[in-house]
Amino acid sequence: MPLTPVLTKRFGTMQPWKIANYEALDGYTGLRKALTMAPDDLIAMVKESNLRGRGGAGFPTGMKWQFIPQNDGKPHYVVINADEGEPGTCRDLPIMMNDPHSMIEGIIIACYAVRSEHAFVYIRGEAVHAIRRVTAAVNEAKAKGYLGKNILGSGLNCDITVHGGAGAYICGEETALLDSLEGKRGQPRLKPPFPATNGLYDAPTVVNNVGTLASVPYIVLGGADWFKKMGPEGSPGSCIYSLSGRIKNPGQYEAPMGTTLRELIDMAGGMSRGKELKFWTPGGSSTPMFTAEHLDTPLDFDSAVKAGSMNGTSAVMIFDEDDSVVLAVLKWTQFYEHESCGKCTPCREGNYWTAQILERIWHGEGTAEDLDSLLDICDNILGRSFCALGDGATSPISSSLKYFRPEYEALIPELNGSAGIAGKNKEEDKELTGATA
Amino acid sequence: MTSAPATDKATAAAAEPKLVTVTIDGIEISVPEGTLLIRAAEQLGIQIPRFCDHPLLEPAGACRQCLVEVPDMGNGRGMPKPAASCTTTVMPGMVIKTQLTSPVADKAQQGVMELLLINHPLDCPICDKGGECPLQNQAMSNGRSDTRFHDIKRTFPKPVAISANVLLDRERCVLCQRCTRFSEQIAGDPFIDLLERGAQQQIGTAEDTPFQSYFSGNTVQICPVGALTGASYRFRARPFDLLSTPSVCEHCSSGCAIRTDWRRSKVTRRLAGNDPQVNEEWICDKGRWAFKYDDQPDRILTPLVRNEDGQLVESTWPEALERAASGLREARDRGGVGVLPGGRLTEEDAYAYAKFARTVLGTNDVDFRARPHSAEEAAFLAACVAGVTPENVSFDSLENAPVILLAGLELEEESAAVFLRVRKSTRLAKTKVFSIAPYASNGLRKLDGTLLQTAPGAEAAALAAFAATELTPGSVILVGERLATVPGALSAAVALAKKSGAKLAWIPRRAGEVGAVNAGALGALLPGARQVSDTTAREHVGLVWGAEIPTIPGRSTDEIVAGLAEGGLAAVMVGGVDLNDLANPAHAQEAFHRAGFIVSLEMRHSSVTKYADVVLPIASSAEKAGRYVNWEGRRRPFDLTITSTGMMSDHRALHALADELDVDLGLASVEAVRAEIDRLGTATDRPAAPTVAPGTAPQPNVDAPILATWAELIDAGRLQDGDDNLAGTAKPVVARLSAATAAAAGVSDGAVLRLTAAQSNGDGGAVLFTAQIDDLPDGVVWAPTNAAGHGLRAAIAADHGAKVAIAAASTANGGAAQ
Repeated sequence: MPLTPVLTKRFGTMQPWKIANYEALDGYTGLRKALTMAPDDLIAMVKESNLRGRGGAGFPTGMKWQFIPQNDGKPHYVVINADEGEPGTCRDLPIMMNDPHSMIEGIIIACYAVRSEHAFVYIRGEAVHAIRRVTAAVNEAKAKGYLGKNILGSGLNCDITVHGGAGAYICGEETALLDSLEGKRGQPRLKPPFPATNGLYDAPTVVNNVGTLASVPYIVLGGADWFKKMGPEGSPGSCIYSLSGRIKNPGQYEAPMGTTLRELIDMAGGMSRGKELKFWTPGGSSTPMFTAEHLDTPLDFDSAVKAGSMNGTSAVMIFDEDDSVVLAVLKWTQFYEHESCGKCTPCREGNYWTAQILERIWHGEGTAEDLDSLLDICDNILGRSFCALGDGATSPISSSLKYFRPEYEALIPELNGSAGIAGKNKEEDKELTGATA
Repeated sequence: MTSAPATDKATAAAAEPKLVTVTIDGIEISVPEGTLLIRAAEQLGIQIPRFCDHPLLEPAGACRQCLVEVPDMGNGRGMPKPAASCTTTVMPGMVIKTQLTSPVADKAQQGVMELLLINHPLDCPICDKGGECPLQNQAMSNGRSDTRFHDIKRTFPKPVAISANVLLDRERCVLCQRCTRFSEQIAGDPFIDLLERGAQQQIGTAEDTPFQSYFSGNTVQICPVGALTGASYRFRARPFDLLSTPSVCEHCSSGCAIRTDWRRSKVTRRLAGNDPQVNEEWICDKGRWAFKYDDQPDRILTPLVRNEDGQLVESTWPEALERAASGLREARDRGGVGVLPGGRLTEEDAYAYAKFARTVLGTNDVDFRARPHSAEEAAFLAACVAGVTPENVSFDSLENAPVILLAGLELEEESAAVFLRVRKSTRLAKTKVFSIAPYASNGLRKLDGTLLQTAPGAEAAALAAFAATELTPGSVILVGERLATVPGALSAAVALAKKSGAKLAWIPRRAGEVGAVNAGALGALLPGARQVSDTTAREHVGLVWGAEIPTIPGRSTDEIVAGLAEGGLAAVMVGGVDLNDLANPAHAQEAFHRAGFIVSLEMRHSSVTKYADVVLPIASSAEKAGRYVNWEGRRRPFDLTITSTGMMSDHRALHALADELDVDLGLASVEAVRAEIDRLGTATDRPAAPTVAPGTAPQPNVDAPILATWAELIDAGRLQDGDDNLAGTAKPVVARLSAATAAAAGVSDGAVLRLTAAQSNGDGGAVLFTAQIDDLPDGVVWAPTNAAGHGLRAAIAADHGAKVAIAAASTANGGAAQ
């Protein structure tokens, strides 16, 4: 479905990250309009627009803002989750690199709406380029009077602190992010209380994703009805899909929510090796994988769930028939094993175990009971772990076994009668890793 | 006067928590709002397996062992996934199904247990925890009988000594975070924390920062696996081979409930008991690990008598009693006998000394105070401490006090259990602490307390200057034994309490002091808060005792020592007293050297037995029954722990000795002593509190500094002998002083400082300390009273408020130089 670019409309213009260019292309007009509105009306407008959080869970943004208790005598904070760690996801970084002011404008509007005077942008530590760019943009905005005291004469005060994380997947979990931001060990907090009442420094806090807030100025300018015209009613708006894998032109594609993979592959110029699509993730590795039978599933929050997965971070990783699903799942599981924060037993121990089983299977050393063990371990992690990291880690394993169990079985000597295929994998891995084993 | 019923109702509603009714495994139960599911289930006798959960720690939800199914949250909807019962609170109408009725909960628990075990080493046969291990037990009750894990276990080098006392085995750790949460939330010593992540996550310390906490042993006790073990107990025993006896700690005046584990007449280890009114479930490391003092080579197991060559030789009870009796009889008639019972006795033993002095020796010359003291203090004890009960001030009332004013008292050093209880409250900002002290100690900082910086000697003035309005209703003034050295300070504390309406409590360091006051082991006091000067009281006690009570109030410890030195007193009978604890040890030694006759009732050879003519061996705390009276005035009874040693407690030895002197003391058994104490009861009248005017405090001056001092929790106290690991927890031995004071003395931060008495002209003793520049008043130098190898009293006879001299030391090695 064709779409006039919204979030990416300045991408590709001359130095779109500069404030002058931003202003020339409608920049900060959303803020000016917002400042003429009552904060509660702004919250109502965002609620009305049905904007849902782009960080993965798709929680309604307006509702999140409304949860912030008002007149409670406490400072309020807006925290931007720019940790973007989900494998396959590369959506926030392009926004921050190409159009940082759209996020900043969204932040100021959000601060105004929830009565906050201080926002924190928590950027993944590895993304030094983004930290620099956002910092420069914040300084520009400050110099122009969009940040600081009495913004545009409105009486609004707002400051933004840019903070670089230290590189941990768990710090994309909002409460772990808050702890990390406070200088503590990044591990998820017990909920309740929720950040809306006891967030950063125990004060009411909104945690929003980069893409979510970058959408806000457009909603303020275009109105809730305009926003809802894009995509399905339940999860409307524009979405940046991160396309990677076996397609001709991997990259970020902006399209309305509810775009199908078939359409996305077309946009990306088709499959790269001319092979058949085998499996793909709709929203990062933590969302159960889809197969060719899901080519026409609309990729929005509700439809993806209906089809047995999740929209997640709309990180679409595409694999073709020559790709081994077992190897992909092994790599993802090793990622979760490495990134599990260690706080809770199921995630910490479960991923340690499943990674070893998958490694053995891939190396041709699997046993007949391994596949059932894998499924049962996943059952003991899913819904038992402290936060969604553990849940997400089970997705690739369970979903791949659902669609591709024979491929696993083919690697297990007891089940296929020979160890030939997989022994080769072990030898290749040795070459790759320098034979540390 | 009647109060409005509406107010009553409101008050009642505030006091009575709202009840919430839930159904657990088909059984309805009403519990207070906010109750966790795991606690509600416990009330029904349903035990949900758990590791990270601990009722006194904030919920973590980390181990996920306690998952239950919640088919109805009370709103008709079920929870989509199993809930951690240790973090979920009850909701009206909630339906909870535990492993007993829910296959989902049961599988979830079995699954978590299996995961916990995949990386757990099979150390059980050699692990200290084996036999009392929650992991072992719950693996049996809620786990699979076989493992499906055939891969490679994660390993770590082990053990790692995270302090002198505590060893860490990271392989056994289930990362429940009980230890880290205890250290942060309860002790305030967050020196252990989680490191790394995923399966590599582990407990650890920062480099060069050991787990230096007075409360570290609690982490060993609450560790649900064998990951944290105590260095002293490691590999010493299996729990099922030990006998466990509930007992009471003999160290400080908190009177903590403990559990003593022992076998073959020897104590193997001690654990915190569970007494919600006193120490909850915590004890300090001294209470846990300082118990080997009664099993040292210098232990006295048979009576000793000094022979004609001046040697103490082993004797028999009949001979020793005969010698003691004849010596005392003669001395009684020649000049009198003083009695120094010491401050570490049970109430029964102290009572026996008090009665023995009056009925056998015919004197009131008895004083339990083996430390600096004053007449003002004796008057204060008679007026404000004798007969005190927890109705006055208790652990619980401290927790609820809006303001606590500390004067001459360092809670963490002098009464660690009180420190923990106060911290529990200050952490929630329920209680505000002020401290009249020369500097903000680490303990005060952990209480988020406000320092009212006061030079030694100026405490009385500081108390007088404290705004009574700060002490809102329910506030408490806590004074320490150090105030006895400051003229007018205890009087000022009483005056402030009176003016403000605040409660006043005295927290001495030793376990036996309040009991000794109640027992009348003090010159002017008779048992049950009665006055020697009160004729009716004398007659009443005399009637029960069948003896005439001497009318002249007795002498103090210092006066008794002086009497011995001057020859006015012919003999002394001494309980557990270390002469080095007295204000002037050298003087006391001289007095004891000169004393005509000395009977010592001791456990071990000491500074007193050195001079004693007869030594009667007595039982240690574990070898006897009795009761301590803690600072609250709460009786802390305990039974005999180690049976069959045959060691006699002081009251039995005194009973036997009295017998030899033809007096039936009637105190042969603990029951007999208690019955007599009960028969006497407690008087209702109290004498007027002292009103001593503040003395002129010496003006601190960098050229003539004043000493501030108190004893630290872990030091050279003799009851801490025998455990090198515990000694390793002692704080670094430093003297603290301001930059100006240090500059005037030519001492730099970290350099060695030489502390001497002011009048010393070089030939007196000196003690060397590492100087630490701190925020003290100029002209004040602080040093620990009795740090190992650095005892101030023995070396320079200087105490809190004394003038001292400081200088840079030429030698670099710390330690006492005599």
